[in-house]
Amino acid sequence: MSAHATHPHGPEAEGLDPHEHSHPGPALYIKIGLVLFLLTALEVGAYELAHRGGTFETILKPVLVPVLLILSAAKFALVAMYYMHLKQDSKLFSGLFVFPLIIAALVIVSLIVLFVYHYTYQRGML
Amino acid sequence: MTHAHALEHHHTPTSTGLEHRKVAIWTFIGSECLFFASLISTYLVYKGKDTKGPTPDEILQIPLVTFGTALLLFSSLFVVLALNGAQRGNRRALLGWLAATIICGIFFVGMQVYEFQHFMHEGLKLQTNLFGASFYTLTGFHGTHVTLGVIWLITVFITAVRGKLPPAKALNLEMAALYWHFVDVVWIVIFPVVYLMK
Repeated sequence: MSAHATHPHGPEAEGLDPHEHSHPGPALYIKIGLVLFLLTALEVGAYELAHRGGTFETILKPVLVPVLLILSAAKFALVAMYYMHLKQDSKLFSGLFVFPLIIAALVIVSLIVLFVYHYTYQRGML
Repeated sequence: MTHAHALEHHHTPTSTGLEHRKVAIWTFIGSECLFFASLISTYLVYKGKDTKGPTPDEILQIPLVTFGTALLLFSSLFVVLALNGAQRGNRRALLGWLAATIICGIFFVGMQVYEFQHFMHEGLKLQTNLFGASFYTLTGFHGTHVTLGVIWLITVFITAVRGKLPPAKALNLEMAALYWHFVDVVWIVIFPVVYLMK
């Protein structure tokens, strides 16, 4: 007999999704917090080095935007997966968050493309 | 599943098997993604199109905002530790971490008020140029969300102080925490886009 079945108010008895698991403990939360802090330090460090001049600027400036986007995406994913518990909770919650997120990304990309086209056309470059 | 976690989910059986309030807050967060996407894309399409200053290069200060970013990140850690305390019936952890979250949120709002005041003094107003309009709209709406989050967390804190937040009602804090984390992830995007890619 499962642990849930022995409990008079177990999740199945309450009509719960059995895929919802318990959340991680404080130790993991603190580790994630330190990683987030480190990634932020890397973001600011990359920005500072790219604006300092010399060899670092030559190397970092052309790749600064992709580097910042990757670091930002990593932080975003860590918070969503562990702090917002999407990794442990029902997949329905992930769907409710990720689907609008995809539309949001498409909105941003579409508007940028449209406006770049508009400004290029205005300048008679097309 | 822990006993505290099972207790947390004492609710009327639903068609999805999930707590309706949690489905509602996730749906709300999904809609907020689109709201902020429109503001971020507006900022990006108008970037560099100013006919007069001050421009982002001339005015944005990285050290102060980095401090604010760190505060918001730590507040996300603190609120998840408070939720853990609430789910386990650890009142001391719940109150301590929740208070720390609220303090970080208040400091972040204070940082933003100071920054806006400084920019106004430097001549950047909402109507000055495209950067001013899109910057104040984007960061101002985010700041409003942080302020609302702080108010929400304070109400949960008062409930907890009055001993009305047992493990069975930890979902009340979890909903506020989800909103708070969302405010944090939005800033995770705004910080590099506005301040580091200027």
